[in-house]
Amino acid sequence: MSDSSPTTPAVAVRGLIKSYGPVQAVRGISFEVASGEVFALLGPNGAGKSTTVEILEGHRSADSGDVSVLGFDPAVAGREFRDRVGIVLQEATIDTSDVTVAEALDSFGAAYRHPRDRDEVIEMVGLTGKQNVRLKTLSGGQQRRVDMALGLIGDPDLIFLDEPTTGFDPEARRAAWEMVKDLRSLGRTIILTTHYMEEAEYLADRVAVLMGGRIVACAAPSQLLGSEKSTVRFRLPDGACSADLPALVAAAVEVSEGVAALSTERPTALLAELAGWAVARGIELAELTVNPPGLEDAYLQLIGTGGELDDAD
Amino acid sequence: MRTSRAGATTVDGGAWPSWGRLAWTSMRGQNRTFWRNPVPVFFTLGLPLIMLVLFGSLFTWDIDVGFGPVPAAQFYTPGLAAFTAANAALLNVGITLAFQRQFGFLKRIRGTPLPPSAFLGGAVVSSAWIALLGTLIMFVVGVLFFDVGIAAAKIPAAVVSFLVGTLSFAGLGLALAAFAPSGNTAPALANGVILPMAFVSDVFVPAENPPDWLRILGDVLPLKHFSRAFSAAFHPAVAAPGWRGADLAIMVAWGVGGALLAWRFFDWMPRVATGRRAKQEA
Repeated sequence: MSDSSPTTPAVAVRGLIKSYGPVQAVRGISFEVASGEVFALLGPNGAGKSTTVEILEGHRSADSGDVSVLGFDPAVAGREFRDRVGIVLQEATIDTSDVTVAEALDSFGAAYRHPRDRDEVIEMVGLTGKQNVRLKTLSGGQQRRVDMALGLIGDPDLIFLDEPTTGFDPEARRAAWEMVKDLRSLGRTIILTTHYMEEAEYLADRVAVLMGGRIVACAAPSQLLGSEKSTVRFRLPDGACSADLPALVAAAVEVSEGVAALSTERPTALLAELAGWAVARGIELAELTVNPPGLEDAYLQLIGTGGELDDAD
Repeated sequence: MRTSRAGATTVDGGAWPSWGRLAWTSMRGQNRTFWRNPVPVFFTLGLPLIMLVLFGSLFTWDIDVGFGPVPAAQFYTPGLAAFTAANAALLNVGITLAFQRQFGFLKRIRGTPLPPSAFLGGAVVSSAWIALLGTLIMFVVGVLFFDVGIAAAKIPAAVVSFLVGTLSFAGLGLALAAFAPSGNTAPALANGVILPMAFVSDVFVPAENPPDWLRILGDVLPLKHFSRAFSAAFHPAVAAPGWRGADLAIMVAWGVGGALLAWRFFDWMPRVATGRRAKQEA
């Protein structure tokens, strides 16, 4: 019935379409996730990330398209399927809960055939010592760790992380990222949604960028970068115009409000010429920066493109 | 076979935890939620008790129905106890599940291998347990302070009437949870149903010559039958064993109807989130 040998993808989606009434949330997307891979669905709110994940989890059924998760069709799969997936939800389910961390994990763990040890999971998510604290008295970050623990208690092969670090401070985000890396090193397949590109870049083996219910790009983070050009910026010295700059710089520079900016594949050579020119004239270049190629630019470009393609959103 | 995290190969399968154990775990979870929250404790256990104490202090005379003078409490305590049980079952199934859906707890449950029937069965049993406690409290107070008498020969009829009535209102609670738009509207719906029903069901005081439409309404709705079947077991004019088959049958019909509606329309996804998402994407 199910098959998770390395040659079969853990997840295969073809031509997935889903509407809510007149709203088309997912407009025909296809992708595969290999066993053991960390796969990110990246996109702004309303791009269709959550709908896609909810269909993969079995929470919603697709209008059309083929979906296979661990060899199951999640829309009709039963407890055999749910025994092997772990779902970490973004909803604030536990803000009002009167039960303790240990009670919540015990009662959820009871449903699985091979649950992980409760205290081991509590340690994994960094809640040691909080066993007997009621969920509603935990801090927001601690509650999200409980969310994570509830997703891990069944010792799943495939883990869904729906916006796992939304609302986290930088330290908590870094801790959550390390946890995901640990899970990956244990051979788990992970599907995460996020609207933070640096999260996708840091965690994912591959990223699908969603926009308006379509995948506008799907590749390893390094390949999504597109141009490999760095950006050099500096404030033009008083009285100088772009024609005064050395030839290599002047050829590519764009000046806007007194700031010169240029993209280059050879930042070292360009900086050597620029620096030599400035030092020879006794000028200190104000606001001089060099920015490496960034996923952020690539992402903004992509969702910009998707937005133009898409009239209804 | 599947390859697990450590690279070790384990046989796929293994025994599932039994349905009964899972329902038991679910029931304990619902009980915890109940006892740690003062609002449902007050509305399901405290409020009916306050009414009984008020009735017991206001209506202190004896009534003679042909078997000598009997304290009035003998007639209204079983009615109030039936109301307590119906109220506890309807509210603790209907409101709790509606809130649990709103907060995404039902979605979370549905993402685990816990069978939905074990989860909902646990919720029903939990509410029946609370209903039983409420009913027992009423009789303890009634017997100790208001001279309510209990006939041993009619206890089986009382127990069966209690079970049928409570489970039927738990079934209606499932339907309420299925149709309540949100957790916040569920209490208004539940009270809007049960309180007016109580007034046409002779729960508090038997109405003298009610207009036909109110009498018929009371005859159709299940609470009057619950109250009658249960009260018969404590009525001095009813001989043992005191079975009221027709009343029981009508309650069963309501309970099964509610459960069937829930079977068809119950859903696990938060509705508020769906609305927001639909708006966001529009």
